[in-house]
Amino acid sequence: MSEEAVQLTRKDLTSDQEVRWCPGCGDYAILKGVQNALAGLGIPREQMVVVSGIGCAARFPYYMETYGFHSIHGRSPAVATGVKMANPDLHVWLVGGDGDMMSIGGNHLIHILRRNLDVTILLFNNRIYGLTKGQFSPTSGLGVLTKSSPMGSIDPAFDPIGLALGAGGTFVARTVDLWGKHLEATVAAAHAHKGTALIEILQNCIIFNDGTFDPAVGKKARDENSIELVHGEPLVFGTDRNKGIRLNGTRLEVVELGDGVSEDDLMRHDAHDDSAIVPHLMATMQYPDFPVPTGIFRQVDRPTYEQSMEEQVHMAQLRSEGKKPDLGALFNQGDTWVVS
Amino acid sequence: MSTEPPSPTSAPIEQVSSVVIRFAGDSGDGVQLTGNQFTKTSALVGNDISTLPDFPAEIRAPAGTLFGVSGFQLQFGATEIRTPGDTPDVLVAFNPAALKVNIDRLRKGGLVIVNTAAFSTRNLQKAGYESNPLEDDTLSAWQLVKVDITKMTREALKDAPIKTKDKDRAKNLFALGMVYFLYDRPLDHTVNWLEGKFSKKPDIAAANVKALKTGYYYAETAEVFRSTYSVPEAPIKAGTYRNVTGNLATAMGLVAAAQVADINLFLGSYPITPASDLLHALANMRAHGVRTLQAEDEIAAVCSAIGASYAGNLGVCSTSGPGLALKGEAMGLALMVELPMVVVDVQRGGPSTGLPTKTEQSDLLIALYGRNGESPLPVIAARSPADCFDAAYEAVRITIKYRTPVLLLTDGYLANGSEPWRIPDPASLPGIDPNFLTEPEGFQPYARDPETLARPWVKPGTPHMEHRVGGLEKDDLTGNVSYDPVNHHKMCGLRRDKVLRIQNDMPPLEVVGEQSGDLLLIGWGGTHGAITTAVESARAAGKSVSSVHLRHLHPLHPDLGDLIRRFDKVLVPELNFGQLLKVLRAEYLVDAHGLHKMAGQPFTVTELEQAIEATLYGEA
Repeated sequence: MSEEAVQLTRKDLTSDQEVRWCPGCGDYAILKGVQNALAGLGIPREQMVVVSGIGCAARFPYYMETYGFHSIHGRSPAVATGVKMANPDLHVWLVGGDGDMMSIGGNHLIHILRRNLDVTILLFNNRIYGLTKGQFSPTSGLGVLTKSSPMGSIDPAFDPIGLALGAGGTFVARTVDLWGKHLEATVAAAHAHKGTALIEILQNCIIFNDGTFDPAVGKKARDENSIELVHGEPLVFGTDRNKGIRLNGTRLEVVELGDGVSEDDLMRHDAHDDSAIVPHLMATMQYPDFPVPTGIFRQVDRPTYEQSMEEQVHMAQLRSEGKKPDLGALFNQGDTWVVS
Repeated sequence: MSTEPPSPTSAPIEQVSSVVIRFAGDSGDGVQLTGNQFTKTSALVGNDISTLPDFPAEIRAPAGTLFGVSGFQLQFGATEIRTPGDTPDVLVAFNPAALKVNIDRLRKGGLVIVNTAAFSTRNLQKAGYESNPLEDDTLSAWQLVKVDITKMTREALKDAPIKTKDKDRAKNLFALGMVYFLYDRPLDHTVNWLEGKFSKKPDIAAANVKALKTGYYYAETAEVFRSTYSVPEAPIKAGTYRNVTGNLATAMGLVAAAQVADINLFLGSYPITPASDLLHALANMRAHGVRTLQAEDEIAAVCSAIGASYAGNLGVCSTSGPGLALKGEAMGLALMVELPMVVVDVQRGGPSTGLPTKTEQSDLLIALYGRNGESPLPVIAARSPADCFDAAYEAVRITIKYRTPVLLLTDGYLANGSEPWRIPDPASLPGIDPNFLTEPEGFQPYARDPETLARPWVKPGTPHMEHRVGGLEKDDLTGNVSYDPVNHHKMCGLRRDKVLRIQNDMPPLEVVGEQSGDLLLIGWGGTHGAITTAVESARAAGKSVSSVHLRHLHPLHPDLGDLIRRFDKVLVPELNFGQLLKVLRAEYLVDAHGLHKMAGQPFTVTELEQAIEATLYGEA
């Protein structure tokens, strides 16, 4: 492609549709951040396609002045796979919630990650079913009281990051709905990655699960209870940057810096290692025993699915000068005979 | 025939117009290969042919068992051949189980060729024979030809530098050689094929060729058969032919249509019997721009096809009954977003897992109605293996022209069966224009073509035409989400009417026989050959019987109602409990009768002839 870099503004990416999320929903902040990030990518908006499934988050495409497809529950990875394979030049984002992506669409999620299609997945995790009005989700966890778990949920939670890493995800990151700059930077980094990028966005549902992430990533708690993963850097956190994560045997532990413990004793993040062991270890950190890790857990290069497919088509067309052979050649393969 | 060269045998040569042969044995006996070789050779000598492979669901069922018997039946002849035949004239049974399973179908007086080496006590027990049927009067109604094929094949290959196991595997070619002699067929096609297939293993090729020739010469010199037969060339329309299975013809029809439309074909598919060969065939057509996704499940397969169509490809998915059930919601999405997509359902015995390797026509109602909401979509059906090409082409033409998903029904009988296909001139194929909209001026995503009611197809990547589609109800014209009650009623009507517009786009109904009379048979799908053969035989006997075979199951042909009213009685034969029958009774208030068969097997011509008699003169 010989396109010139296009400079868009957030307004260019705002459709004429009225946004219908509940007032105060975390989705508003995500929409704003994604629009800002996409406007800065230098690509024309007609090459942007946003695909979603079903759920509150899945209304996202209607609010984007791009091409958009609001498909059916759980299936956005499959729809997006068809879009990207049909036209690898398109830039494709998937938007879905924890129910859409991890429950009904869990199978498609792991397989798009395994194939490494060059798309970005924005997984809005609010740990609840919002659109169906308040049932527990696959990320809610044990004991959660909801309309469908009046005595407490007996369903253990999925961890989206661990699941994505387990499925072979080549770019796996976490950000937070209200962390504007962080969210924009993460979305931009995901787009720059060639392959499937999954971003878990911790998102507040103001109606059915208000404040679920506040103790870890809320305005007051963020510095103390979350930790930003930076490739090659030691794992330091805390308002006073006085705490860190150390590997003890096969387990992580929180340590105070000083008193004989220096940054050299801390674990260093390695997002680029061929093995996903370090990212997996990071993903095991859960609040309140650990700070919540944010940023990029893993980023490695692998061939993308659609490019591998294009190479096969290219190879198959070598004998026909890169074009489709005449249909007569197809029809006349094998044994033929003439009746006169 | 005076032009025939004199045969070296002293056995008399009889000329016959058509013959049915059934090869049967264990899955590992090479039965399908033997049948295919006989088919191709017979096609090359100018006969018309129809075949039916009949294999067990198990890949390699335990040897010698009844449920492990694999069969291949073909009919070839000097006249137009439309079915693989009701009753074989010849049965080649490689073991007792194959004999037991198939002997009752053999025409009384027909020829049964057995490999005596396989009739061991153990194999007889496995087949449930208490005594050896070759040595008592079990087979007295047939001409029994006992040959120790295993021993003679080993003897012929005793000096061949290959393993005994490989020598024994050549026994099917010995048997094929015998049958080639019986029907006066040349060996060269199979010899060439073997030499090509085993070009890197010349010893194996040579051994197989030797087994083939030894079988031929053995039959000749030992005068195994009381007489031999010649089957003259059939009067076939001039042209270049090849043998195709229904699945291969479907694949070529889809690719041809996409290439004529100048768009790429995308197939999303999850392997399922008996549709998998479609995936295999299309995966092998990358040069023609075909991208295939072996999806993680049936739902992903259809959704990826929808995504591909959205992005400007021809999205296709191939499946069978259980998979179609899983695709229902997504097919509703495709008709809501009004994009092209072809869903091929290669029907098999149901319900549930049912009879995966057997044929049935029991998916018609799920095809017509198996989605939530008012969700009409065009349903078309192929009638023979070669016709799958035309049906697939028509499916693509309609899906692109009307921007609606189309369901193409074939079945296991068509998919695996084969017949000669007259290869079309690519330049003669009807034009298909995807007519992508690229003009932003006045663009409305749900504005409609006044003739077809199709909405515009706009590829992502087209500047200044960004828009959103989805499964929520659309506002007329703008395509915005709409919950308006008046709009919903209107949009449901538009989607219905758009599909009905296809009635304006159909060739005239083809009626076999008169346009009025005592009895009209109405069929669809793979029953065409048997119905037509039975109707022609009834007509030859002076009966006032006609038939019509439906390409379009929805919408129905606009002239069908008038045609039905010109007959006293209507009979609808189907391999189900009366699915088209229900539709016709509802649509035309006609007191039609059904003929139902749920056996995993096609109708025989005899069954249809009897049903015609019963409907004309019986209780009906």
